[in-house]
Amino acid sequence: MQDSQLIETQNLVKKFPMGRETLVALDNISLSFSKGEFSGIIGPSGSGKTTFLNIIGTLDVPSEGNVNVLGAQVENLSHKEAAQLRNRHIGFIFQTFNLLPVYTVFENVEFPLLLQGVPVDKRKQAVMDALDWVGLADRAKSRPNQLSGGESQRVAIARAIVKKPSLILADEPTANLDAENSHNVLQTMVQLNQELEATFIFSTHDEKVIQYLRRKISLIDGKVVKDEAMDLVAQPS
Amino acid sequence: MFRFLLKGVLRDRSRSLFPVLVIVAGVMLTVFMYSWLSGVLNDMFDSNASLQTGHVKITTRAYAAQSVQRPNDLAIIGVDSLIAECEAKFSDMVWLPRIEFGGLIDIPDENMETRAQGPTFGIAAKILSKNSIEKDLLNLEQAIVSGRMLQQSGEILIADEFAKKLKVNLNETATLISSTMHGSTSLYNFTVVGTVHFGINAMDRGAIIADLADIQTALDMEDAASEVLGFFDDFHYKIKKSGLVSEQFNKLYSDPQEEFSPVMVALANQNGLADMLHMATAGISIIVGIFLFVMFVVLWNAGLMGSIRRYGEIGVRLAIGEDKGHLYRAMLMESLIIGVIGSLIGTAIGLTFSYIMQYKGIDMGSTMKNSTILMSNIYRARVTTTSYVIGFIPGILATFLGTAVSGIGIYKRQTSQLFKELEV
Repeated sequence: MQDSQLIETQNLVKKFPMGRETLVALDNISLSFSKGEFSGIIGPSGSGKTTFLNIIGTLDVPSEGNVNVLGAQVENLSHKEAAQLRNRHIGFIFQTFNLLPVYTVFENVEFPLLLQGVPVDKRKQAVMDALDWVGLADRAKSRPNQLSGGESQRVAIARAIVKKPSLILADEPTANLDAENSHNVLQTMVQLNQELEATFIFSTHDEKVIQYLRRKISLIDGKVVKDEAMDLVAQPS
Repeated sequence: MFRFLLKGVLRDRSRSLFPVLVIVAGVMLTVFMYSWLSGVLNDMFDSNASLQTGHVKITTRAYAAQSVQRPNDLAIIGVDSLIAECEAKFSDMVWLPRIEFGGLIDIPDENMETRAQGPTFGIAAKILSKNSIEKDLLNLEQAIVSGRMLQQSGEILIADEFAKKLKVNLNETATLISSTMHGSTSLYNFTVVGTVHFGINAMDRGAIIADLADIQTALDMEDAASEVLGFFDDFHYKIKKSGLVSEQFNKLYSDPQEEFSPVMVALANQNGLADMLHMATAGISIIVGIFLFVMFVVLWNAGLMGSIRRYGEIGVRLAIGEDKGHLYRAMLMESLIIGVIGSLIGTAIGLTFSYIMQYKGIDMGSTMKNSTILMSNIYRARVTTTSYVIGFIPGILATFLGTAVSGIGIYKRQTSQLFKELEV
């Protein structure tokens, strides 16, 4: 794996037992992702997008093949090592935001740093920086139920980026947002990708997201059918 | 992290309210029932110690063997010298001679014919002696219903209920018909100078109180007493120390081959009190155990319900990178916070009820009419140092165990489906 590469999969296969049958969710996938990419795995439901994200996010292990994420072989990681890798280097953004409802915006964003044991002063500064990036510094004391969908997703982004991860995985991040909020959220992500040089990998079939991607990897029935780099200028503003 | 967890517990009522209420109820009942049992037990010990057993009691071996019959023919002779030796050897104790006796009280009419008669049980103590503590020990000043305290030789106090039954008035003569320690009949006239209410059914039915010297004369017991009671000088019963004192005394003075040799028995080993003490200790353990188990089961289920309700939160935390062990420990820490809060509130409420019952008590006299146990009719709670802490055992342990068992599910949670699960 080259130095600039964050992720490399070689002949990745993921199978799920389905009664007597075996479902092949990912079939012999060999891909690599470099630092600073803004890529998306595109495909219809059941094509294997989320399974791929699960594996490169160290939430699952491959059935066959090798997966190297940030220098670690995913198939060899213990639960604890995988959790540590996620905690320090991987940010997650979910379709349904998944903010912790009893905590404030500040506390939600602070949580990953608490797990890392970051000292309180640095923690406070990092959280406010992250909220500044997503334009929600003035909502730090609000609770998730006081936020709109777009604001909630921006808080989720702040929570993902607060630890300055090398890799951010976003699963259908605009599925619960209207067009205007989707664009706002995606603009924020593009900006963060450029400023923080964090690698973004999306799983999506949403056209609103697809038009922002600089690399589109199309999956159908667990196989890569197209892997195309897009012209940067073509991105919507 | 602790502050983070504390905020979660305080803000999320569905996470904390039900478990806290369960713990408050269990802890409150544990504290109250412990204090109540302690109070009843303590009253029983105090009543027995003051009236009959002392913290330790010396009798002859023969008297001890038949003590139920109060056989004064087997009384200790040379009691003054025995007390002097005890005072020298056990200087932190107070030694008091007593005579317990039975007989008949006869109330004569103006022609000195029997007007009324009834069986009596009497206690003779050094009431008229200078600096006597017997009045306080027997609580006589407070117990007098009518008349006055003994002031001179030849006077007795009689249980108020007994006096009413005999229809005897103050300053009337009452004749004690009994037997001397040598077996001959004894008739001795006393003047009734007061009636008393002991608050103990066994005594209120027919007891009289007389000065020791009078009864020694009446029963021909010069320098003799049925028993010598020993009290620790702070008048607090010490179960272990009383056992050691008894052991030491018996080693020095008691001869198993000599039936008139003295023998000392500690309070806990008299009147079946040791059994009662064991029963009470077992009772307290059972109470704590029952509440611990019930709360554990309830909180275990509450923990399972909570895990289902917080399924999404747990999933997010695992995805963010909290390892399962950390998450499990965080859940345990939350349960400890809930346990401590619930235990504090439960203990405060339990102590409040216990203090109220310590001062007010409940009069159970009507249920103890035929009781022969020397025990106050008013049952009171007693708040001790243990009352402040005992509730924390089931309170904290139950929440901890409940969460520990229900939280095992965290280790079974698969991370491989988190993205799918968190889309819901």
